[in-house]
Amino acid sequence: MTEKFSLRGHYGKLLTEAGRKYPNIVVLDADLAKSTKTEQFKKEFPGRFFDMGVAEADMMATAAGLASTGKNVFCSTFAIFGSGRAWDQVRNSIGYPGWPVKIIVTHGGISLGEDGASHQANEDIALMKVIPGMTVVVPSDIVMLEGLFNEIIDFDSYIYVRLPRIKLPVIHSRDTKFEIGKGIELKEGKDITIIASGSMVHKAYNTLRRFKSLDIDAGLIDMFTVKPLDRELLTRIAARTKGILVCEEHQMHGGLADS
Amino acid sequence: MDIKYLEKLANQGRIHILNQVYNAQSGHIGGAFSAMDIMVYLFFERMNYSKNNWDKPERDRFILSKGHASASLYSVFALKGLIDEEELSTFRKIDSRLQGHPSHKSLPYVEQSTGSLGQGLSFANGVALGLKLDKIDAHVYCLIGDGEINEGQIWEALMTSNKNSLDNLTVILDYNHLQIDGFIEDIKNPMPTPDRFKSFGFNVIEIDGHDFDDIKKGFDCCNDSIKPNFIIAHTVKGKGVSFMENKVGWHGSPPDKEQYEKAMKELKVD
Repeated sequence: MTEKFSLRGHYGKLLTEAGRKYPNIVVLDADLAKSTKTEQFKKEFPGRFFDMGVAEADMMATAAGLASTGKNVFCSTFAIFGSGRAWDQVRNSIGYPGWPVKIIVTHGGISLGEDGASHQANEDIALMKVIPGMTVVVPSDIVMLEGLFNEIIDFDSYIYVRLPRIKLPVIHSRDTKFEIGKGIELKEGKDITIIASGSMVHKAYNTLRRFKSLDIDAGLIDMFTVKPLDRELLTRIAARTKGILVCEEHQMHGGLADS
Repeated sequence: MDIKYLEKLANQGRIHILNQVYNAQSGHIGGAFSAMDIMVYLFFERMNYSKNNWDKPERDRFILSKGHASASLYSVFALKGLIDEEELSTFRKIDSRLQGHPSHKSLPYVEQSTGSLGQGLSFANGVALGLKLDKIDAHVYCLIGDGEINEGQIWEALMTSNKNSLDNLTVILDYNHLQIDGFIEDIKNPMPTPDRFKSFGFNVIEIDGHDFDDIKKGFDCCNDSIKPNFIIAHTVKGKGVSFMENKVGWHGSPPDKEQYEKAMKELKVD
């Protein structure tokens, strides 16, 4: 069986490493540090970690205030709360004034599973995408998350990064160059091209052999940046493939398919 | 402290507010008038904030959480010489820096965009936390409305201030007892004040928000506080124009020509 790795676990590790390098990084969580894995940062840098309690709205606007003093602020909670419960605060206290808060959420999508539909964020991409200037990123494995992390740290605007609860296999090779806004073509296909994000990339990858057995030349793109969309890549693909299939952990309205 | 001078400034500020709202034929007069004296005191007597240091980390911060009182903020900016008086005539117009509710991106002196109520206090906490982390000895003032405390986020934020011992924060409640739909006691009834705020761990002080002597005394009581401060400023909505005072109708309605002239006559007496 293919080995799987936790993106949120890796986030906790990357964030803590970044904390050692950058003293101006501060982290906020809403009583979910054990689950979002910001706990690791909390243990090493208790003075730069603020547990805001079960108060996501308060957390987002506090993050904006910290950002206004020049702090590099990372905010974590579950996708459902970060996008839904605190939407007004993300729009008005972060997006509208333009504070570069990094919103890194976990437990995105239906794959959250057993906690049930109340916790399954299948609308979060839509909610975040409509906020003017918001960048929305859905990484597909730990290699990508790691490859993007320096860009996320240095990102000079607000950004929403959605991670899953579940572990995922590694899809990307270590030497891949990741850049926010640039999709990655994993395989070319003349007949059909699958455009996928997040946990659906490896699922789609696994179907490629099946397509081949049916004598269908299928391609695959990891469109991990849902906004801004890599229009240039899309235009190129559209010109050479007969059909496009979108796979994402989100309802169709407002998701990658709707972009 | 030259009380006469501050009173004159506050009066001029109210004239600016009246002109802005009359010109725009929209805007919030009542809550801007009630907050005016406190804001004049803060900007002219208490805060380390001027044309020379408004973008320096060491400046004191003023966050108008009750963003609908924007006309009072722009008036103070004009009085401080941060913006030209002429710009006040663009209030609420398309492309103006003086948006109906304050916009940080449009006007840099606005510390934070506010208007969706309840959010400014959380922001103020974040600023106070950031200043403490950097060991910068600056103070954060956040003005909230008494209708605004209907918002749950205010109470979330009060817990945050207390939990983090933000003694570099002073929250000011513009306690004019009126919100859009009526008296606060009849809408959601936030009583008992000040007990609720005391119970949240604040150094609570009550002042007459229109008496500069009392305002000063109140803020002076915050100087050595080891707790976050909470000033309950007893104010009158529409303060300064007799027919607007304590009237629920003057929350968000502009005056007509006759009302404008009548109000201006009262304000120009001084």
